[in-house]
Amino acid sequence: MDVIPKWADAILIPLISILLAFLISALVILAIGEDPVEALMLMINGTFGNSAGIGFMLFYATNYIFTGLAVAIAFHARLFNIGGEGQATLGGLGVALVCLSLPWPHWTLALPAALVGGAVFGALWALIPAYLQARRGSHIVITTIMFNFIASALMVYLLVEVLKPAGSMDPATPRFPPGASLPQMSDMLGLVGIPFSSAAPVNVSFFVALLACFLFWLLVWRTRLGYEIRAYGHSETAAEYAGISPTKIILIAMMISGGLAGCMAINNVMAAERLVLNSVEGAGFIGIAVALMGRSHPVGVLLASLLFGFLVQGGAEIDFWTNIPRELVIVIQALVILFTGALDNMVRMPLARLFLMFGRGRSGGAT
Amino acid sequence: MDFGTLLQILDTTVRLATPLLFACLAGLVSERAGIFDIGLEGKLLAAAFFSAAFAAVTGSVWVGLLAGILASLALSLIHGLASITFRGNQLISGVAINFLAAGLTVLIAQSWFQQGGRTPSLADDARFQEITLPFADAFSGLPYIGQSYSELFSGHSLLVYVGFLTVPLVWWVLFRTRFGLRLRAVGENPAAVDTAGVSVVRLRYAAVMICGVLCGLGGIYLATGLQAGFVKDMSSGRGFIALAALIFAKWRPWYALFACLLFGFFQALSFRPDVVETVTTVAIPGQLLDALPYILTVVILAGFVGKAVPPRAGGEPYVKER
Repeated sequence: MDVIPKWADAILIPLISILLAFLISALVILAIGEDPVEALMLMINGTFGNSAGIGFMLFYATNYIFTGLAVAIAFHARLFNIGGEGQATLGGLGVALVCLSLPWPHWTLALPAALVGGAVFGALWALIPAYLQARRGSHIVITTIMFNFIASALMVYLLVEVLKPAGSMDPATPRFPPGASLPQMSDMLGLVGIPFSSAAPVNVSFFVALLACFLFWLLVWRTRLGYEIRAYGHSETAAEYAGISPTKIILIAMMISGGLAGCMAINNVMAAERLVLNSVEGAGFIGIAVALMGRSHPVGVLLASLLFGFLVQGGAEIDFWTNIPRELVIVIQALVILFTGALDNMVRMPLARLFLMFGRGRSGGAT
Repeated sequence: MDFGTLLQILDTTVRLATPLLFACLAGLVSERAGIFDIGLEGKLLAAAFFSAAFAAVTGSVWVGLLAGILASLALSLIHGLASITFRGNQLISGVAINFLAAGLTVLIAQSWFQQGGRTPSLADDARFQEITLPFADAFSGLPYIGQSYSELFSGHSLLVYVGFLTVPLVWWVLFRTRFGLRLRAVGENPAAVDTAGVSVVRLRYAAVMICGVLCGLGGIYLATGLQAGFVKDMSSGRGFIALAALIFAKWRPWYALFACLLFGFFQALSFRPDVVETVTTVAIPGQLLDALPYILTVVILAGFVGKAVPPRAGGEPYVKER
């Protein structure tokens, strides 16, 4: 079965898939009469040309790390959580409620509290579909899709009817207290004497996201629970025979997943310093592409998040300077999901044949 | 609320239910053959855009119709390739197709028309016109029956009537023909169909293509019947409401009709908050009506009110034994 060595499975196949996705994106740009090379140069210059561009890239990447890890932990339990968008929306509600509830004296107190608020709200929003999957056999993909729509309707209702300050026309919460504003990357780098633009909203949450990657690795590969989640993902029957409760794994994996998606709100909502409509902006869905591309491994998720942060920031640049709208990023996102997720075998099968022809014997030990 | 208002709401219900109905029946054919399709939304959107674009350029709604169907079929082909030929994950493929349509339609619309991701408004010839049924005007004076006939049943575009006729057609094909029997069998137990010497791959491709045509009609109705032209994200979740309706209908054509009418009714009501308030005497937030199809589907899926059991082999790629 396993004719493809481990390194090829982890690096070569995603790489080929991504190259295919980019190749087709380039053809799309050509087809609408624009120059793909010029577009790419614009994206690179607009992102890496100044520190504000890098700041925006890291800001977006922070969102995608959280939602990517959320989808990834569910993938390890062979659950497909499309509900990241809704869970991150509810996480935003949790973060906003925490930030508005107290006149926070300092961000070091506000951040952990908001993190808990976002995680709890996100986790609870994932709990209902998880329970229905575990106990009632309702397909989790369908229920999480439905919960995305319910979340967005709920949020419109809350922001328009409940949380909006009296007299305001704008469907948004009041501004958070000043003690809840997070230190910006420019402030932190300024302390060590590195100049960094304060235009970009990237903040201390980026480091929280990096920490989350490490904790994710620890959880999945170094704890009993992580082992149980992976065992359940590989074979439900074997896991059950080994005494692992499917109900427990589904509930816990989905709550971690929803919690991670909810944690995203410390970045986007706390940086905006108030909760607005559609604050998630599709990050929950980009998480799917990120997790697929990163092979559900935190290092992969981190790299894929940085790539998507670059694409979104670069997409805004070409939207501004050329006739290519920023929706190009959605096309690239779709192609990445298609090639790394659904058309995986299209790359894998010919590659396996190649390895059979040339690599026999050398790759025997790989699993 | 008077009879006229009721007729108005029901008339809107019929219009709003039509795209849901096409998408729902499309999903039904596909899922009955064992291919889950959460890419209905993307196909609606792609068909809406290409039909509007070609109708706007050529001025003929029929060219638009053809373009819309071809666009939807192209996405179906990708879905078939991913989920049948390469035995990939059907759900992931569906997600990819939704994003592909959401991105490409705006990208191409901007490149062709430079109007910020929309097509020009369609002239009358480039749309499906309202059809007045025979004697509709003559009967309109008759209270209740005549009024219903002329205002509710008459005066819709061709695709609305096609949509409602598709229900018995799909029922007949699925439950009264050999092809339908095989198609349903392939969704329950593909190995048995394979053993009988019938190609699983061919049947599933046929189902996915039928799904593409039907879903395409839904999208075409959105852009050339319900509205006059394409705007960005104009399907606005209808593909997912259709999916909800499909589960609500337990994968049966006639039930699908009622589910779509019900969900269309909710949508029609959310346009008339004044009527809702006078009837129920409490202010029901419009967001609740928007979310109601999804909430009902979750309740149905939870199995508290009847059980929705999907086709048994749904979502599983078929691997022929070697």
